[in-house]
Formats: sequence, C-alpha cells, structure tokens
Amino acid sequence: MTDATSADLPVRPQGALRRLMRRKLALLGVAVIAIVTIGAIFAPWIAPYQPQEQMFDGLTLEGSPLGPNAKFWLGTDLLGRDLFSRILYGARTSLIIGVVANGLALIIGTLIGVTAGYFRGWIGAVLMRFTDLMMAFPALLLAICLAAIFTPSLWIVAMVIALVNWVQTARVVYTETSALAEREFVAAEKTLGAGTARILFRHILPHLVPMIIVWGTLGISTTVLLEATLSYLGVGVQPPTPSWGNIIFENQTYFQAAPWLVFIPGAAILLLALAFNLVGDALRDVLDPTQRGRE
Amino acid sequence: MIEVKDMTTGAAAAPDTAPPVLQVQGLTISVRAEGRERPLVSDLSFTLARGETIAIAGESGSGKSLTSLAIMGLLPPPALRVSEGRILLNDQDLTSLSESRMRTVRGNRIAMIFQEPMTSLNPVLTIGLQLAEAIRAHEPISKREARARALEALKAVRISEPERRMGQYPHELSGGMRQRVMIAMALALRPDVLIADEPTTALDVTVQREVLDLLRDLQREMGTAIILITHDMGVVSEMAERVIVMKQGRAVEQGPVRQIFEAPQESYTRDLLAAVPRMGDGSGAPARDGDAAPVASLRDVRVRFDIRGGILSQVTHRVHAVENVSLDIMAGETFSLVGESGCGKSTIAKALVGLVPHQGRIEVAGHVLGGMKSSDMKSLRRDVQIVFQDPMAALDPRMRVGELVGEPLLIHAIGTPEERRERVAGLFERVGLSRDQLDRYPHEFSGGQRQRICIARALALQPKLIVADESVSALDVSVQARVLDLLAALKREFGIAYLFISHDMAVVENISDRVAVMYMGQIVEMGTRAQIFGNPRHPYTKRLMAAVPVPDPTHRRPPVPRLAGEVPSPVYPVGEAPQRLPLRNLGDGHLVADAPEPM
Repeated sequence: MTDATSADLPVRPQGALRRLMRRKLALLGVAVIAIVTIGAIFAPWIAPYQPQEQMFDGLTLEGSPLGPNAKFWLGTDLLGRDLFSRILYGARTSLIIGVVANGLALIIGTLIGVTAGYFRGWIGAVLMRFTDLMMAFPALLLAICLAAIFTPSLWIVAMVIALVNWVQTARVVYTETSALAEREFVAAEKTLGAGTARILFRHILPHLVPMIIVWGTLGISTTVLLEATLSYLGVGVQPPTPSWGNIIFENQTYFQAAPWLVFIPGAAILLLALAFNLVGDALRDVLDPTQRGRE
Repeated sequence: MIEVKDMTTGAAAAPDTAPPVLQVQGLTISVRAEGRERPLVSDLSFTLARGETIAIAGESGSGKSLTSLAIMGLLPPPALRVSEGRILLNDQDLTSLSESRMRTVRGNRIAMIFQEPMTSLNPVLTIGLQLAEAIRAHEPISKREARARALEALKAVRISEPERRMGQYPHELSGGMRQRVMIAMALALRPDVLIADEPTTALDVTVQREVLDLLRDLQREMGTAIILITHDMGVVSEMAERVIVMKQGRAVEQGPVRQIFEAPQESYTRDLLAAVPRMGDGSGAPARDGDAAPVASLRDVRVRFDIRGGILSQVTHRVHAVENVSLDIMAGETFSLVGESGCGKSTIAKALVGLVPHQGRIEVAGHVLGGMKSSDMKSLRRDVQIVFQDPMAALDPRMRVGELVGEPLLIHAIGTPEERRERVAGLFERVGLSRDQLDRYPHEFSGGQRQRICIARALALQPKLIVADESVSALDVSVQARVLDLLAALKREFGIAYLFISHDMAVVENISDRVAVMYMGQIVEMGTRAQIFGNPRHPYTKRLMAAVPVPDPTHRRPPVPRLAGEVPSPVYPVGEAPQRLPLRNLGDGHLVADAPEPM
C-alpha cells in the first residue's frame, strides 16, 4: 500500500520515531518505561509514605506483614514499611543500575570487542585473553572484592556491575567485528582511502547496533538481579535504601507467608526488562535500512 | 550396450518411440505474499524422454531453479507451492504425493546436483560415509555392501585415487572433485531423471569441461534423462538436445537445440543469444599502439601468504600466490588477466590497490607502492580504484547509495556538500541511473544496477586506472553486455585504463587490448589480443581456450585428451619456491613461457 512512498522516506530520526510509534508492542514498552521513570523521578511526591518509615499499623497484632489493602496498596513488609513506596524509591536504584551500569558495561564491551576484532594481531590477542580471564574469574567474587575495597554506594555498585558485565558483550562484539572486517565492503572502503576511524564508526559500528541493542536489553534483568545478589551479600546498595532486588532478597524467606513481597518486585523487574526488550526489538528493525521495502 | 558414437559432439539422439519418463503439464508455482497469490512460474509444460537431455535456459529470476525444486518436491513451504498443473514421473503425479512418499522418490528416482558442491556436502562426514548413507537410505543393504557400491560410484566418476577419497572430508577435495562426488552420489542409485542446477557454474573452465564430458558419458551408460538448468548458452549448445528458454516464469520458446540457435523465433531468444560473448581468433578492432606511457608497472612482484602450524605456530609453508610477475598497463588500455581460480589474478588486483602486502616493485601513476606514508597512500587512492565481483558485498548495506558514491569525495575533502551531491548525481546519470535513486539503499537495486553504482563510486575520484576484478562475472549475460558497453564508453570518454580480471575467455577477447594468461602465480603468456587468441603458443593457453563451451550446436570439438589430473598446489614448504618461468619474446611483445612439462 505505502510501498512506493515508504521507499522514499528517509530514515531520519523523526522518521524512525514515527515508525517506532506505529508498532503497538513497542509503544507498550515505551509506556512501561515512561511510567517507571516518572515514578522514580517523582517518588517523593507520589509515594504515600517514606520508604524507611516503619509503621505501627503496618503490621498485624502478631507482627506479620499486611497484604495489599486500601491503606497500603501493595501491602507492607516484615518491618511494617509500605511496599508501594519502597517499590517507587527502589525504581530509582534499579533504573540507575539497569540503564547506567548496563550501558557502561555495553560501552566497555563494545570498545574492547571492536578494537580486538578489527585490529587483531597482538592488540587483539592481549585484549581477548584479558576478556577470557575475566570470563573465567567468578563474577560474583570479583564484584565482592571490588565492593569491599570501595565503600558501597549506589554509584560504586553501578561501577562494579559494569566492570563485571562487559565481558560477554566484548566476546560477542569481537566475533562479529572480525567477521565484518573481512567483508568486501570494508576492503572497498580501504581502497577509497577511508581511514580507520571512518571505517570503524561509519561502516562497522552501525552493523553492530542491532546486536548491541539485544545484549543491552537482555543485560537489564541480569544487572538488576546482580545488584540484588550483591545487596543480599551485604556489599550492594546499603539498607535501608530500597532496590527491587534487595526487596526480594529481604523477604524471600517469608515467601510462603507473604508471597506478594516477592512477587510484586519480581514482576516489576520482569516488566521493566520486557519493556526494554520490546523497545529494543522494534528499534533494531526500525533502524535497519536493509529491511525497507521488505515488511 | 555401449553405443559407439562420436564422443566429441553433442549427445546421441533419444529414441523417438520411448515413453516419456517425466512429463510436466501446465506447471504453475505461486508465492503467497501479503495475502495474495502471485505466480512465479506459469503454465510450463514439457516432456522428457529416457536418456534425453533438456536444457532450461534463462537469466536470473526466470524461474528455472524453482521449476527444478518443484520437480524435486523441495519448494520451501509455506510461501511457495505448486498451485496448478501436474508433474508425472512414469505416470505417477509427484505433486499429489505425501512428503514421506516423496522421500522415496527423491534421490532414488530423481536426483539432483547443485551449483555449489561444498554446501551440498556435510563438512563433518567423510565422503565414503555420505555416499554409503545416501545409498542405504533407499536400498536395504548392509554397510559393507553400501561401501562397496560407494567405491564403485566414485570409480564411475573417474575420480583419482577413489579408495583414498572415501576416507577424506569435503574440504580436502577441490571444487571439481567435490562436484564429481555429488554426481557419484546422484547417480549411485541409477535415477530415471537427474536435475543438474548450474552444475558447472562455480567451476573453472577446464574443470567444467571434464565434468560436462563425465555427465555425458554417464548418461550414455545409464540412460538417465537430464534436466540441465543453466544460464550459459555455451553449455546448453554442447549438452542439450532440446532447449526451453524461460523469461519471468514463462517458457518463451521451446525446441531442438539447433533450431533455437539457428532460427530463434522469439525476439527474447535472439537478444539472449546476441548478448552471449563469443570467442573468435582475436581479430576485429585493432589493438592500440604501444606509444602510451605506462600507468602501472609491476616488476618481479611476489605475494606469499604464510601458513602457520605446529605448537609454536611457526611458519611451515607458504602459499606462493603470485611469483615474479612483471607487466605494464598503458594509459587508456584494457589489460586483461585470465586464468583459473587460485592462479593469483585476484591477488595481483589486491596488491595493486594496496590490500595485500607484496614484494617486488609496483608503480602506479608515479607512486611506488609499499612503505608509503598514509598521506601518500591516500593520494594513490585517487589514481587507482577497484570494482569487485559482487556489488552487493562491496557496498555497505546500511548506507544510502548516494552517500556511498559520494564517500570518496568526502574522504578526500573535495567540494562542498552541495557540490558533492551534484557531482554524485552527475555520476549516477553517467552510469545510466537516475538522480532520484540517490536516497535508496543497495538492496533496492538489481545486480546490474548495483554494479553500476560501484562503477560510479570508482569513477568519483577520476582515477587513471580501474581494476575490475571479475566485475561482470556475477551478472546475467544481457546485463553483462550492457555493463561492458558502459566500461568501454567510459574508457573512450575519460581515457581510463582497465586491469580487467576474468576467467571468462570470451568476455576477455571482446574487450581487451592486451592479455596475460596466468597459471600457478606466474604469467605463462602475454601479448596483444590478436596474438593470444589468434596464435596461442603456450599449452596452458591452448587448453584454456579449447575448454570454453561454444554457443553453437554445429561446432565440432576437436578431440582433446581427457584430463583427470589435479591442478597442482601453489603451497610450498618454507625455503622452497616454484621454478621461475622465463618469458621468451616471440616478437611484437608476444611473450611466452617455455612449457616445463606436458600439461
């Protein structure tokens, strides 16, 4: 129907955005991310209670947490704190970890992978052996060591997670780059006199974008959970600051008595990861010019 | 019974009385897209008698390969299906068979060989095992018996050292040997029909000759009917008794091979035959005079690749891809390098544009290659450009074609963005594209158009020399003819010199001023077109030319001894090197190497 016109539509950002908006699932993902982000930013105004506030009427007379009710929308936790408020504040932590730490990991991984894959030789060998070493080293142990050296804070935890999580990205980007570097169009660019920077940034990186997007969206749930693990081990975000991961870990032993304390933050992590996944998928298709006219 | 007939001309005529082994009636293949059914092949009918060879010829997109897949029952579901018509194999309708019944037919009664034997063989199983398995899939015999049958089949395709081949893996064999294995596998069960889909397109011309001879001999022995699918009119005229010419899913003409070639009825057939490059004796347009200055000169150029092995990965062997090649390309001339795959012709192209390191001296437009500063290298790029074989691979699929063609100008900082765009538009129009297409992506163009885009990009810097590395080999003949015309026009207009690299002797003869024949990394013969094609002196040149299929059914091939030998390898242990072949001057710049041994 719009074959002829869409073929002439340039893939400028606004065009890409418009086509992104045409996908219902992607729109749903954008909506979820927007809601979580707004909730995190405006948490002090939205949250009905302070996240650390232990309320007397937040527990039953026997001292067990309350299920979702009219006063505490998502129930309360073991210390009588409002779960809804904690989830809102926790979104700040989890978004920073999921987006910043994960983004940093992607950048480090891509840089190392592209450098090693394009230049090969001894640079590539050194970088990739280092990557293999990092891969073989237990990530959790490394994170614990790093977190023990630096005083744990949210930003330190984000750094630590980035330093642990770049490895897989580097490995995959390396493989893909070394395949791309052998492609004939790269040879063609060299014969035109294109410099290394032009080849890397104009001709190799764009081909890696789809893969980086996929790894990025997959990385969100793993980094959020890694943060939770670190918190659980006492080297992550320090209580009483809430994060989705540490809410789960604080309450997991009472799973049978108070399942909402695990399910609700779990569902939040899942929903956020899914939302990023949907957007990432759509972005990959929309940004790929070779898909034009084939839809 | 063994027929005693002339082994060198076309196949024997099929007996007229025999019932047809395969009948295709009103075959229509449709694709389902966007909820609609669109026919890709419409209303195709033909019959095939026992022992007969029918060729389906046509350009890409004509539906010839789809037809063969339909006969094999291999159309990829669910998008493609036979929507109308019948395919009768000995009166059994194949289109109505279930997949499990079809499996007993496939490989057993109808076999198929494909263009690229490497992808059709399983790389992790030995040849013997794959052959035996193929036989055991259809006949309840023991492994031992199957092995014996497999060995027999390998012997039948005249492969050298068949016992050793049984234990080898596909990657250990050459392309020609792999195609022989595929033929052995296809014919081991003595099928009624063999479908050969571009069986020799990926092979060198001398290997092609051997494989075609082999197919013809086996057909004579076994009485197999062959459907030969090819774009090569030379192969058609040498192999087939009848021809179906297809265009865009329809049979435009059908008839005996002589009639098609001598009196084609349809204009499409006539155009197709007219576009086929033919080899003559090198006469025609006079070669250019030799006064022009060389734009590129190579002296004793060597390119070697190291092969590492052992625990310490030290260099154990070297591939001597190019050995002591010396040649001059004059300004404004078309210099062709011909030879078979692995002879080093593409390596010379890559060395000339600085993509592989070399030893010896290469001088292009006053620059000496090797050990240059990157700024010198960049200015060299303005004088020599390359056009690759596969334009789809040579164009970054994520860039607009306008950006791609303008990129050399951007890299060399020529003009303002508006000037660049204007110049790119001008280049587009010069190569026969429209300026409206600048914002499209490479996949939105056809193969011929993409090659024009590559040519436009090569022209952007107004180079003195363009290296065309098999630049027209992947194109259909009619498209190929038009691209060659364009190259010739650009040469006249801008005085560009070409280094034209090709394996296709007929194309080379049609466009070259001077020609060099390469074999195993060295030049064995070099001279003007008239010298090489009119008076070939080196035995390898002669062999190469004799092997070219001639698109003329009346052509009688002089009896050439059958060769079953293998092309020797250019890999030598460290410290050893191939013997240098000195070139003797026969006068007027016709240089020939002494033939070291009978080739």
